[in-house]
Parts: sequence; structure tokens; C-alpha cells
Amino acid sequence: MADDIKQDRVPTVIADDVHIVYRVNGGGGGRGSATAALSRILRRDKGESRGVRKVHAVRGVSFTAYRGEAIGLIGTNGSGKSTLLRAIAGLLPAESGKVYTDGQPSLLGVNAALMNDLTGERNVILGGLAMGMTREQIRDRYQSIVDFSGINEKGDFITLPMRTYSSGMAARLRFSIAAAKDHDVLMIDEALATGDRKFQIRSEERIRELRKQAGTVFLVSHSNKSIRDTCDRVLWLEKGELLMDGPTDEVIKAYEKETGK
Amino acid sequence: MSAPPSPDDGLSPAELAAKHGLSVSGARPSLADYVRQLWGRRHFILAFSQAKLTAQYSQAKLGQLWQVATPLLNAFVYYLIFGLILGTKRGIPQDVFVPFLVTGVFVFTFTQSSVMAGVRAISGNLGLVRALHFPRASLPVSFSLQQLQQLLFSMIVLIAVAVAFGSYPRLSWLLVLPALALQFVFNTGLALIMARLGSKTPDLAQLMPFIMRTWMYASGVMFSIPLMLKDRPGWITDVLQYNPAAVYMDLVRFAMIDGYGSENLPAHVWLVAVAWAVLLGIAGFVYFWKAEERYGRG
Repeated sequence: MADDIKQDRVPTVIADDVHIVYRVNGGGGGRGSATAALSRILRRDKGESRGVRKVHAVRGVSFTAYRGEAIGLIGTNGSGKSTLLRAIAGLLPAESGKVYTDGQPSLLGVNAALMNDLTGERNVILGGLAMGMTREQIRDRYQSIVDFSGINEKGDFITLPMRTYSSGMAARLRFSIAAAKDHDVLMIDEALATGDRKFQIRSEERIRELRKQAGTVFLVSHSNKSIRDTCDRVLWLEKGELLMDGPTDEVIKAYEKETGK
Repeated sequence: MSAPPSPDDGLSPAELAAKHGLSVSGARPSLADYVRQLWGRRHFILAFSQAKLTAQYSQAKLGQLWQVATPLLNAFVYYLIFGLILGTKRGIPQDVFVPFLVTGVFVFTFTQSSVMAGVRAISGNLGLVRALHFPRASLPVSFSLQQLQQLLFSMIVLIAVAVAFGSYPRLSWLLVLPALALQFVFNTGLALIMARLGSKTPDLAQLMPFIMRTWMYASGVMFSIPLMLKDRPGWITDVLQYNPAAVYMDLVRFAMIDGYGSENLPAHVWLVAVAWAVLLGIAGFVYFWKAEERYGRG
């Protein structure tokens, strides 16, 4: 399978020496008292003030992803995986370096656009619009979103506010809304672990479907099994640096050896 | 990876990207494209503003009734303090003063809450900005639209107050529509400016209430500027009367209240109202767009 990809390798995502720096207000300077804050302002150096701490989350990552690839991102917690995904999606500006993409990469997730005080029904519409679907598309897919989430299996829950849902139900509805749209470059950040067993099987199926439609898929996961199942190439990030980039088996073996599993 | 030699070898990432027509992720679109994208998201902007409006009172027992009750109580408190206790009406007859005050409070609140929502439009919605793609201006625009819908509820109260104090519906009431439309454009421009400033300096959310209160007291919400300042140099009156908040308040009062004739308005008031709206609307939009690719940096 790898051979026919190589015949016409069309790049879809190119990361060129990407650096990402977070600036955290009020995280520094030790004491958080008002006088400490005042003295920070008064002693402000030129350029960077002392009250702002910088977190260098991604340090000089370069790679090229091609059409048809499913790429896993692995690494310990805080190694910069999710941050790198956001930078690829163009959601988090890079400090230096550039990300080139074919079409609009999108992150699987609409959590932030949904409102707990609204009914599930209105959240489906709001979430769809937030992801950039048209009203007609939402109308066409509304029933399949609700059916897929299984929210109405135990009564008419879709017309109740989302705050009345159990955490599993809410997670299922969120996934169903997010997965309703087709994407050119799709990025999935630990989305596979929601809901009960029945729903997990259904969502894995849906992810495979999305993979087929999308040109390139990125998957962040701590489950080496789901990476092995879905990805043919793996990037291993550690402390914001790209430690290894290669075929799944090779990289996962090295990773498991390193993390002592 | 051990890729076979291909014509792409030896190209720099930038050249490779150019060859295959890849574009920089998260780059700022041109101003015309930006307007087009924003227009494409109009349904989202409207749905988001309505959702925010509904979510606001969904936990309360009286529910959406608070949309009307809140401005009513607000107007009552101001009437109690400035009308009955302090007596700021000074030469305005009682049947004009009450609608005068209520209009002032509602119209100023429209600008005030748009500005306050604008400050937090980006900094308070970083989760959304970091998860999904949409022109970021959707957020401040959506928040001012929410305030416009809130104002429409207030207008129900205002109409009741106007009728109760002897101003009956007449043709001039229609002038409220252009006045509020202009104010909406002005507010949105201001909210866009505040959104960019607030995304860089979230501390503004702490500071703005004081600035807004100063602005409110200087705009003649609860007193008539020319009557109150008639012993002072004329330029002070001019400055206060031509400030946008006072202009929009005066236009709505002129439209709604029978005893508030054109002699209370400064000269060329409609022209000034249009100028403020166009100036802030365009300047705010361009200023916000200039930093489009930087919103969401933590």
C-alpha cells in the first residue's frame, strides 16, 4: 500500500521549522501579591516584561505529510502534540517558521461552541454553523446526527438543555456533531475514548469513514493500539522537538522501549 | 523515510509548497476576502447571538421575562435616584423627564454593554478561537448583535413608558429605526476595536467599567446638557453634545417624546450620527482585521 502512495506523492501539509511560544500572564515572578505585580510593572524591561512567562511548546518541527497518509502523534504528556495540531490547523499562530497546507485543515471538535444552557437540538444547529456548514447541510444531516449520538434512545432528550445530560451523553452528542462534517485534512485529538463500548465501536467506524474522505489524517493518542490500528506513519514528539518520524512499527517500538513499557 | 528519488527532492519547504499550490496556514486573508468570509458566516453570527441571549436567563425561574424586567427595573432605579431624590430634571417638565431618562438609560446601555462584551469577545472565548475556523470578527459582531436584540426588548418598555407619559405613537417614531441602526454600526466598530485591545490586554475588562461610567455621566443620560451647562463656556456643551453617545440618545428622544423638540438637538445632528457610525464602523473593522492571524495566541 505504501508503494502506490509514493508514486504520486502530493504534499498536503508542510511544516517548516515551526516554533510555538505561549505567553502566560501572571505566571511568573514567584509571589502573586499586588505589590509584586506593581513592582513588575515598574521594573519593566524593554521588550519582555517580567510578569510574562514564556513557554516554548514546540521547537523547530519540520515534516511533510502526503495525501492518503494517516499520521499518529505520540509523546508523553505536555510534549507539544496538541499544540502542534493547532498550529497545523492555523488556529495557533507560530512564533517563527511556517505551516503550508492544502485546503483548510480542521480539528475534530466543537465543544467550545456549544452551550450547556441550550437544548441539544439548538446545539446541533449552532455547532454545525460554527464548523462552517450551511443551514441546508445541517437540515439534511440533523436526523443522522441525532440518531448517531443515540441521545434519543432513552426518551426525548434532544429537546432538553445539555446541562441535564450525563457526561457520557454530552460527549456522544459532541462527537456526533463534530463528525458530521467532511474535511480535507482532519485532525483528531484523543476523541476516540468517549461514550460506552457500543458508542466507541460506532465512533471508530465513523473515524475510518472520515479517513477515507479526508486527504490526510492526524491522530493524537496515548493508546498505542489505536495508533497501530489507524496510522501508517508516526511522529514522536518530546519536549517540543521531533524525536523520530517513520513507519508506525519502528517508531512505536522505540517509544515503548524509551518509556519502559 | 526512505522515499525513492522524486523531482521534489532538494526543494526547500517553501518551494515545495509553492509547487503544489499549498498556502500558509492561518494567514490573514485580504480585506475583501475577509468581508466575504464574514458574510458567509452570517447565519452563525446570528445563531450565536441568539443562543447567548437565550442562555443568559435560561436558569432563572421567570426565564425570558427577565429580558423585559431587567431594563424596567434599571429605569426605575435611575428614576428613583435622579428623578425623585436628586432632582436632576431642572427645567424639564415631568411628563418629558421620565421618558427622557428611560431613553437615555436604554440607549446608553446599548453602547455600554456592546463595549463590555467587545472587550471579552476574544479573550473570553479563547477556547472557541483555538478550536474552530471562522473570521474572528464574527465574535464581536455577534456580541453587538446580541445587545441589539436585548435593546429591542427594552424598546417594549420604552414604548410603554412613552405612552404612559402622554407621547402617543406617531410617524416620527419611525426615526428610531435609522438612529438605532447607526448606533449599532457605531457600537460594532467600537466593539471590534475593544476586542483587539482586550485580546492583547485582558486587564481592560477591569478598567472599562470606570471609563464607561465617566462617559455615561458626561453624556447627559439623566440631565439635559444645554440646560445643565448654560452658565459654562459654550465649547464644553458642544463637546458633550456631539459625543456619539449623546447624539444617538438625543435622536431617539427626539423621535419618541412629544415635548422634546428639535430645539434640544445640536445642529446637523443626523450628519454627525452618520459620520460617527461610518468612521467607527470602518476604522474598527480594519483595525480588527489587521491582527486577524494573531488572535488566539495565549
